Amino acid sequence: MASDTRTHDVRDELVVVPLSHPWRWISGAVIVLVIAGLGWAMSEARIQWEDVPGFFTHPVMLEGLLNTIVLAVAAQGGAIVLGVVVALMRLSANPVARWFAVGYIWLFRGLPVLLQILIWFNLALVFEDISIPMLFSVPTNVVMTAFVAALLGLGLNESAYMAEIVRAGLSSVDEGQTEAAKSIGMTPMTTLRRVVLPQAMRVIIPPTGNNFINMIKGTSMASVIAFTELIHAANNISSRNLEIMETLFAAAAWYLVMVSVASIGQHYLERAYGPR
Amino acid sequence: MALVEAIGVRKSFGHTEVLKGIDLEVERGEVVCLLGPSGAGKSTFLRCVNHLETIDAGRIWVDGVPVGFRSANGKLHELREREAAHQRRDVGMVFQRFNLFPHRTALENIMEGPVQVLGRGRAEVRAEALALLERVGLAEKAGAHPAQLSGGQQQRVAIARALAMKPKLMLFDEPTSALDPELVGEVLDVMTSLARDGMTMIVVTHEIGFARSVADRVVFLVDGAVVETGTPADVLDNPQQPRTQQFLAKVL
Ligand SMILES: Nc1ncnc2c1ncn2[C@@H]1O[C@H](COP(=O)(O)OP(=O)(O)O)[C@@H](O)[C@H]1O
Ligand SMILES: [Mg+2]
Repeated sequence: MASDTRTHDVRDELVVVPLSHPWRWISGAVIVLVIAGLGWAMSEARIQWEDVPGFFTHPVMLEGLLNTIVLAVAAQGGAIVLGVVVALMRLSANPVARWFAVGYIWLFRGLPVLLQILIWFNLALVFEDISIPMLFSVPTNVVMTAFVAALLGLGLNESAYMAEIVRAGLSSVDEGQTEAAKSIGMTPMTTLRRVVLPQAMRVIIPPTGNNFINMIKGTSMASVIAFTELIHAANNISSRNLEIMETLFAAAAWYLVMVSVASIGQHYLERAYGPR
Repeated sequence: MALVEAIGVRKSFGHTEVLKGIDLEVERGEVVCLLGPSGAGKSTFLRCVNHLETIDAGRIWVDGVPVGFRSANGKLHELREREAAHQRRDVGMVFQRFNLFPHRTALENIMEGPVQVLGRGRAEVRAEALALLERVGLAEKAGAHPAQLSGGQQQRVAIARALAMKPKLMLFDEPTSALDPELVGEVLDVMTSLARDGMTMIVVTHEIGFARSVADRVVFLVDGAVVETGTPADVLDNPQQPRTQQFLAKVL
């Protein structure tokens, strides 16, 4: 008991000195200085800041925005569907399907997206018509618009990545889950839909969200085939008034808006499918 | 005809033969406990009865239906996975690791089969599921997710999930082996009451006490073959075969 009281006394006498963090203050100050410097440089730069809001809401810019969104959503949506199919082939018992999936992923993941877009866009050079004998035939240059070429280039490349993401997700679900589903008489389709996919979502959603954000930015590659997405729209505007930086900044602002919205959406999706 | 008839069931994984010709009959309302050392093939046999594994030779009938086959024109046709799923509706299975669906509540786990597989209305299924939860003593846990339940509670929900399909036969694969000792009793109690209600059960277990008090018959399996079978009193208290004696000496 006596020793107890003594420890108590000793502790009470001592003054506590909180740990000081001088480097936090110093590094913080450096960062603030750098940002202030950049801000000052921007205000000094020869940029007509007052013109940027006008370009931001310019009808051509808004058209580019709409096209960007449609292209990104369509390419990602198609890629998700294709990715699930290819992932299921990759995991299937049929060796032909498995090898097809491996080859598919190898090809569409292996080539640069820009190259794929250019190949699709120029398909008419080598195939005059796209046809299935006795079923239909259409001239290639009618079908292969800039939008379709960009959709194929972006979507097929992304579908190869989605196939790998979905496969990882499906494989992450414990075998016992499938067994339990079978044991209550579930068919393979119902098992996939009700048991495996919902649990795989936890693994699938985060990288898919990241990929979609990349997809939004990737649509800019469609500008090389004169598809009016944001960058091509910005170029259209600046080719008339030569305010190149101002229009690019307006486009940049739209990208940041889209990416921010996508990030928020991803956050809520992750919460909905997250661990309980 | 017995509810389950297995004749000459053989099963190999690669080059190792795991089941070497199993014969077993289970009458309606009978409780059979499968005993034997680890690796004897007990789980594999149960999985064959539910067609989670296909057998290489022999035949299993459940309620007169050949498991994994459809008979037509005097021939047996192998079932597609869809048709096999239909056959499994009549057989419930309880796993060592529970295997509840973690993204659904206890109630939803139980409703999943009747609603998704049998296509029955949610309202009546819900009422039945709640009654089943009551029966396994978990009425107040309807809204809980599996992660919020103890092992014993999860296993009782798993039993209720199997019962929701109104199976003719229940298979238990070491249902208490993954449980903390103090939780074993609550699961065995549910199984005991199920047996008393006349359910036909095949139970793989190391709980000799349960086998002694509940089983109508005990089957002792070693290295993929039945070495001894009989009433609990015969096999457990007066084993004839040296392999049975050795095993019981270790377990008891
Ligand atoms: N899917 C499988 N692939 C290969 N071997 C397996 C598989 N399942 C079980 N086995 C083997 O079969 C034997 C019997 O296993 P099991 O039926 O689980 O025995 P028990 O349930 O009696 O312990 C073991 O040697 C095990 O390693
Ligand atoms: Mg086992």
